[in-house]
Amino acid sequence: MKNILEVKNLSTSFFTHAGEVKAVKDISFNVGIGEAIGIVGESGSGKSVTSLSIMNLLSFPGKVINGSVCFAGTELTNLKEKKMQLVRGNEIGMIFQDPMTSLNPVYTVGNQIMESLLRHQKLNRGEARKKAIEMLSLVGIPGPENRLNQYPHEFSGGMRQRVMIAMALCCKPKLLIADEPTTALDVTIQAQIIELLKDLKDKINTSIILITHDLGVVAELCSRVIVMYAGSVVEKGTTRDVFYNPRHPYTWGLLKSIPIVNADHKERLIPIDGQPPDLLNTPPGCPFCPRCDHAMQICAQTQPPLSQLGEQHLAACWLLHPGAPRVERGR
Amino acid sequence: MGKDHILLKTDGLVKHFELNQGFFGRKAIVQAVDDVSFHICRGETLGLVGESGCGKTTVGRTVIKLYEPTAGKIVFDGQDITGLKEKEMLALRKRMQIIFQDPYASLNARMTVGDIVSEPLDIHGLARGPKLREQAMELLQKVGMSPDHINRYPHEFSGGQRQRIGIARALAVNPDFIVCDEPISALDVSIQAQVVNLLEDLQHEMGLTYLFIAHDLSMVKHISNRIGVMYLGKLVELAESSELYKRPLHPYTRALLSAIPVPDPDIAEHKQRVILKGDVPSPINPPAGCRFRTRCQYALDICSQLNPEMVQVGAQHMVACHLMT
Ligand SMILES: Nc1ncnc2c1ncn2[C@@H]1O[C@H](COP(=O)(O)OP(=O)(O)OP(=O)(O)O)[C@@H](O)[C@H]1O
Ligand SMILES: Nc1ncnc2c1ncn2[C@@H]1O[C@H](COP(=O)(O)OP(=O)(O)O)[C@@H](O)[C@H]1O
Ligand code: SF4
Ligand code: SF4
Ligand SMILES: [Mg+2]
Ligand SMILES: [Mg+2]
Repeated sequence: MKNILEVKNLSTSFFTHAGEVKAVKDISFNVGIGEAIGIVGESGSGKSVTSLSIMNLLSFPGKVINGSVCFAGTELTNLKEKKMQLVRGNEIGMIFQDPMTSLNPVYTVGNQIMESLLRHQKLNRGEARKKAIEMLSLVGIPGPENRLNQYPHEFSGGMRQRVMIAMALCCKPKLLIADEPTTALDVTIQAQIIELLKDLKDKINTSIILITHDLGVVAELCSRVIVMYAGSVVEKGTTRDVFYNPRHPYTWGLLKSIPIVNADHKERLIPIDGQPPDLLNTPPGCPFCPRCDHAMQICAQTQPPLSQLGEQHLAACWLLHPGAPRVERGR
Repeated sequence: MGKDHILLKTDGLVKHFELNQGFFGRKAIVQAVDDVSFHICRGETLGLVGESGCGKTTVGRTVIKLYEPTAGKIVFDGQDITGLKEKEMLALRKRMQIIFQDPYASLNARMTVGDIVSEPLDIHGLARGPKLREQAMELLQKVGMSPDHINRYPHEFSGGQRQRIGIARALAVNPDFIVCDEPISALDVSIQAQVVNLLEDLQHEMGLTYLFIAHDLSMVKHISNRIGVMYLGKLVELAESSELYKRPLHPYTRALLSAIPVPDPDIAEHKQRVILKGDVPSPINPPAGCRFRTRCQYALDICSQLNPEMVQVGAQHMVACHLMT
């Protein structure tokens, strides 16, 4: 599989009054053509900053301080804003978490979709209108001809999210970055959106980066997963590697803390104790150390490197060092 | 008193909101909750699920009389509280508390944690002076926080910690019954489990009874003894929790359950989904007959004419659908 996106050693920081917030630390991953990958992690783990860094949308005091982002052969980190604007919306589509803040309340939905089409493609208004109707029906909005003239507040949350997807897709982007596209939605609407994304991937071969904290959504949609903690990639691999053979204690904790729906009698949940770390003045060592049941002396001193565990499977934990004690994941 | 002692019972509970549509506009009525009957036994957790806007919060707030019911009856511990005035409710307020959805908005930012937690004790005249402080410290300890945090402010804490503060506050007056209105929705997965465990421990320790509102169906199943499913102001199915997941009968319940994403790639790959078309209709003009009929793939002629009543289909299992009668 050829890659549409290659992210190498990307680091992003926010230079605030209080000091440097290291939001993303040395992360690398690829996205294949027509592939959906998932990025999971708790809030504050750096998922959104990763996508903003890719899109060159960081604002002051945020800055990419190292690494490269290569999209379809073009390096994006040093691309001029003019050129970047052509990539955004045209070649990379983005869906944000909150559809209300990203749609303009004073323009009709039709106007907003058409504007994006007119900006990026050589179409006249009639063609743009036809295309907008086509996009709205593609994302499952009934009666699109009438809907075109309505304002965002006349749509429900789920429909607004579908409008966002329609806008992100209207120029047939090669890559779609969806930042928690379903977090604010009800499960039934979430199911509609998941099916829609699956369809896009299969039918028009769109590559997808799905950012979420819902492991269920990842299992349904993604072929590979990246697990982030405190700005670092702590584990990555195929979805099956990460769900069936997780090797990092944080991944163990994540998987253990969700209740099993089919369980016959209830078992006590196993949470991860403690809080995610403050990214300002992070201590040396493994970022998960204060919450890890298996922490050893070295963990507090030196950050563990990513170990290769399989063709695609990597994890960053000292337990994977040949000299470390053997630890089994509970349950 | 055993588990079968009923602590709270509603009978045909109705709550409508009047919307003022300008000076000459017609008055619109939001039928937020319509003819809802259920009971909760002492020490039990009743879960309440359904899509956004279906009336869960309204049920929770009405049963503890934060809203005046439009019609129907609420009985708490054998006493009919439907018509009680605010003054008469005061003594009962101690026994019924609520924990809110948003741990960021629900705590007063200008009060210290100690004051927040001990305020209910003060209001009900249960403690004062140094005793207040002492009890606040005990409460913080009870919810797994350091008593030293008493002089800090809410913004200094994470979402999970703030939710613990909210729980400590609810516990201050030693209640019997707590409405938990989506207490974990705003929290990260690993922190959700911490809070759910805490709620379970406190329930065992203090014999608490919960009405647990949520839209995360796997967490609700975990914590509830029985679960009620709501759609557009109506209770459409009520059953013991594992029964509901194994044998969902209402078409809406089935769709809701099949929508849960399963965190297991092999199962996910072969899963067949019931995808609901469209959105929930407005509660201002809900469809006549069965309110679910506009999205139901099984709808019959009768469904647009007659509202299906709740019928008993198992020992603890009730459902409101014409297919079942
Ligand atoms: N104070 C109010 N005035 C007017 N309408 C209201 C009021 N409170 C709630 N409603 C309406 O009543 C219906 C039920 O609302 P409720 O808050 O109970 O829903 P919910 O099931 O808790 O939803 P969510 O999952 O989004 O919290 C909605 O249509 C809502 O807009
Ligand atoms: N504008 C900003 N200024 C300072 N810090 C920021 C800013 N935006 C994000 N951060 C920090 O970067 C880290 C990662 O944030 P983010 O990528 O938004 O997390 P998430 O994984 O929830 O999407 C967090 O610690 C956050 O506080
Ligand atoms: S490196 Fe050490 S602290 Fe970090 S996850 Fe592995 S065992 Fe735990
Ligand atoms: S009563 Fe009719 S419309 Fe309502 S759920 Fe049953 S079959 Fe569907
Ligand atoms: Mg984010
Ligand atoms: Mg609510």
